Parts: sequence; structure tokens; C-alpha cells
Amino acid sequence: MPMTRRDVIVLATGSVAAYGLNAVPARASAADDAIAAFTGGAEFADGGVVLDIPEIAENGNAVPISISADGAVAIMVFATGNPLPGVAKFSFGPLAASSFGSTRIRLARSQDVIAVAKMEDGTFRKTSRSVKVTIGGCGG
Amino acid sequence: MATGVQPRVKLPKTASAGDTITIRTLINHKMESGQRKDSDGNIVPRSIINRFTAEFNGHSVIDVQMEPAISSNPYFQFESTVPESGEFVFTWYDDDGDVYTLSRRIEVG
Repeated sequence: MPMTRRDVIVLATGSVAAYGLNAVPARASAADDAIAAFTGGAEFADGGVVLDIPEIAENGNAVPISISADGAVAIMVFATGNPLPGVAKFSFGPLAASSFGSTRIRLARSQDVIAVAKMEDGTFRKTSRSVKVTIGGCGG
Repeated sequence: MATGVQPRVKLPKTASAGDTITIRTLINHKMESGQRKDSDGNIVPRSIINRFTAEFNGHSVIDVQMEPAISSNPYFQFESTVPESGEFVFTWYDDDGDVYTLSRRIEVG
């Protein structure tokens, strides 16, 4: 049977849709797995972590980010849309005046950035921020 | 990237006992993520600084585990308590095994 133009279009859109469906949960689970590796699978409450990051980042190669959480012993940052979701883990020692840290990170594309704080009592807290990235920062 | 790595740290020279000081650190390093491809399509191997620590008189202030998503020339800002006169030691650990350290004295008046 000769393939008509319509067949080709149907096939193409079908495969794009299938790719889209497969790709999104795969990425989400990579970030979820990374978070679970940090929390040990424990539940976490929303809020209680301050995640300061611009809503629109013009250059994904260096996005300024600040994190803080009162009483946190460690804060880990995750970029859910990066090829590798882990970004950095800040562990605060006895001489840290506050559970605060600031750095610059790479974001491959527009995505949610998540900060998870481990508190002194062993519980976990989470804050998520959506960032729009104009130029992606992971090369190609 | 063992050559030309120059760590820099900014913190006050003096403080009062128990003061909170802000410390800023910068080290020049290209932080090759392992995700990029060169013009021939080969992946450029990962080469980053994977850990940064700050200690004061042997006690930990901050310990950062770094992934390739940290920008080139990694910059950190954080806060420390200064209980007494002493020495801050800042250490960066490179993927290639190199360790870069910088120490700064602070006097409590």
C-alpha cells in the first residue's frame, strides 16, 4: 500500500505524542528518585524553606539562587528539568551562623527548582519554584 | 584543570566574639558538566569541583556537595559565627584529585 501524506503525518504526530508521554514521567521520576535518595523516602511538609531564585532567568548558565531554612542541618537543591536533577547539598556545621547558602547554578530549560531541607528533628521540608529560562545552560 | 586555579575568599579581618560574619568565596574552574559535546560529537568528559568545605579552628561551618549543575567559577556565600580568634580554612576538591586550600586569620578584638 503506498503511503499517503496523511499517513505520514498521523504516524509522525503519533510518535511525537508517545515520546512526550514517555519522556515527562521519566524526568519527573529521576528528580523524585534523587529526592528520595536524600530523604530516605521520608514524607515531607511543604513550606518552611526559603528558596530565592529569579522567576525569569535570561542565562541558564548562571542562575543566582539562595536557600535558607531555620533549624535545618542540610538543604539540598534539585533541578527537575536538568539531565541530572541533583544540584548541590549544603550541610551546615556547628559554626554556621544560619542555615543559609547562596550560589549560582545551571538550568537546562524552564522548569521547577526544588529545595528540600533536613531539619534538626529529622523531618523534611520542601519548597518548589518555577523558573523560566531564556537560554538553556547545559550546552548541546 | 590543575593549573591556574585561583581560589578567592572575602571575609572581615576582625570581629567581636560571637559575631556573625558573611563569607564569600570564588574559585575559577570551568566545571565541565559531562553533558556537552565537542565539534566531533564526542562527549566532553566531566571535570568539576565536587566538594567545598569551610572550617574554623577545626570545626565545620559548611560542607557543600556539588553536582555538574553548579555554574563555572563556583561562587558561595554563607554565614559563620566567630567565637574566638582563629583561622578559617577553605577547601575545594577537584574531580581529578587536586585539592585547593586557602586559609584566612580573623582576630577577635
